[in-house]
Amino acid sequence: MRQFLEGSQAIAKIVSLCRPGVISAYPITPQTHIVEGLAQYVADGKLKSEFVNVESEHSAASVVLGGSAAGSRVFTATSSQGLFLMAEVVFNIAGMRLPVVMVVANRAISAPINIWNDHQDSISLRDSGWIQLYAESIQEAVDATILAYRIAENKDILLPVMVCMDGFILTHGLEPVDMPQEQDVKKFLPDYKAILKLDVDKPISMGLLADPDYYLETRYAIQKTHEDVLGLIPKLSEEFENVFTRKCVGLVEEYHTKDADKIIVAMGSVCGTIKEAVDIMRSKKKKVGLLKISTYRPFPYKEICRVLSKAKSVAVLDKAVSLGAYGPLYADITSAFSGKSKSPKISGFVAGLGGRDIMLDTIYAIFKKLNGTAKPCEYVDVKQELLRDHL
Amino acid sequence: MKEIRIHARAGQGAITTAVILGQAYFQEGKYVYAFPHFGAARMGAPMNAFVRLDDNPVRLRSQIYYPNYLLVIDDTLLRGFNCFAGFQDRGIAVINTNQESLATGVKKTQKAYFVPGNDIALKTIGKPLGNTAILGAFVAATDELKLDSLLISIEKRFPEKIRKVNIEAAKQGYEFVKKIRNK
Repeated sequence: MRQFLEGSQAIAKIVSLCRPGVISAYPITPQTHIVEGLAQYVADGKLKSEFVNVESEHSAASVVLGGSAAGSRVFTATSSQGLFLMAEVVFNIAGMRLPVVMVVANRAISAPINIWNDHQDSISLRDSGWIQLYAESIQEAVDATILAYRIAENKDILLPVMVCMDGFILTHGLEPVDMPQEQDVKKFLPDYKAILKLDVDKPISMGLLADPDYYLETRYAIQKTHEDVLGLIPKLSEEFENVFTRKCVGLVEEYHTKDADKIIVAMGSVCGTIKEAVDIMRSKKKKVGLLKISTYRPFPYKEICRVLSKAKSVAVLDKAVSLGAYGPLYADITSAFSGKSKSPKISGFVAGLGGRDIMLDTIYAIFKKLNGTAKPCEYVDVKQELLRDHL
Repeated sequence: MKEIRIHARAGQGAITTAVILGQAYFQEGKYVYAFPHFGAARMGAPMNAFVRLDDNPVRLRSQIYYPNYLLVIDDTLLRGFNCFAGFQDRGIAVINTNQESLATGVKKTQKAYFVPGNDIALKTIGKPLGNTAILGAFVAATDELKLDSLLISIEKRFPEKIRKVNIEAAKQGYEFVKKIRNK
């Protein structure tokens, strides 16, 4: 049934339908209503789950690590600085192959303090081994959360999944959401049974020391599993569609790319704004399109090459930075064409940092810039008057 | 597509106002995206909430710069702050004030309704929280929504204790503008 829901509350609802046995969070600022909503469900007796209040995000991540190692389905949510405080544990969770699901409300990083949206927080942890899914809408974030558990808990995968949704734009926004029925979620996502767990009757050790003779293989194994995830997601998306009768996030989404001369590549909610711009420009006979990256880790190189190789020019829109280097998504997209004989002209744009609004005009301007020479890293809408040279 | 911009200060219930309005449109079958934008993250700082609605799913995620409708919840924002920036030529504004003289900058093609929402709220709710009165006024000013849709939406949003008084405030705001328009 469709309801008019806030993003955070919609996530709280879908997580409750996914029935995690352990939830832990530390509502550091900036936070969202996600864990607030879940705490309410538990307090009201609507969700049977161990809700663990802790003293920091580091502990929150540690509690879900422990909960998962003990064989429970677990959930946590965080944002920005909170995610960074978790960082050490985030790597441990992946290294220990624990199927943790976390929703990240994407927000900028200090300093300076900024509570608004961009992708710097989760992008900074892209190398941790976690699978990362990015949502365009609240609906996609809801659906990606169910999907996340199926990916994470698959016996051949056993890796954590981050569902990334834009802070404020999606977490604090409201829109119509088709909330799945409880029985459908149960059908798609049965109760979790851990293959290996900490059990006093059958003791095992997890997260041990691996000396130079062993460590490299643990990383190689995760790399290989990420390749398997690329094969699994389309299958799960199809299964999702059969149960819930709508498409959910897959690896990528193409929007008017088939005959497009110019394509923007982007992630998250800005893709909605780009779709709007594409429709308006198409009505004026401009051959433009969008390639939305839904699965960022593992990175779907093959699909990306297939879609982009037909275009004349491509703009990659980063809402994150790798200071001292080109934008992270730009670097990934260009590397997809390394060693390929045919590549489109690829330009990189950094936009929307710290909540700087991305408007239709911003998108038109980016498409227009593709007429010129390709630049790898252009910051959009920079206020020259705020820069040192000007002062 | 229609776009509504709400001007308020953080803590004055602008988000709730946007949610109630969005829910009312949603009940009437519209696609709605309602969202806030905070300035400084503290009480009293000027902030906006937005409602964007359409017959098709709303995908545009930017803020609203050229609103069809304006709701000004706090009239002190009319001083030294341009609430009318980008306001469309045929736009309709509903302003919570009992001092009409504050609102300069309304063009002839635009309409502004000055509604003493806080006075209405003091009488009905017992607190100067004029949001629901202003929403009632909005319905009367725009003919966009059925009053019933708004009242159902208010009922859904508030706990029982303050439900009736808010519905009464909305009705009085509605009647206030109806009277002006019938003149």
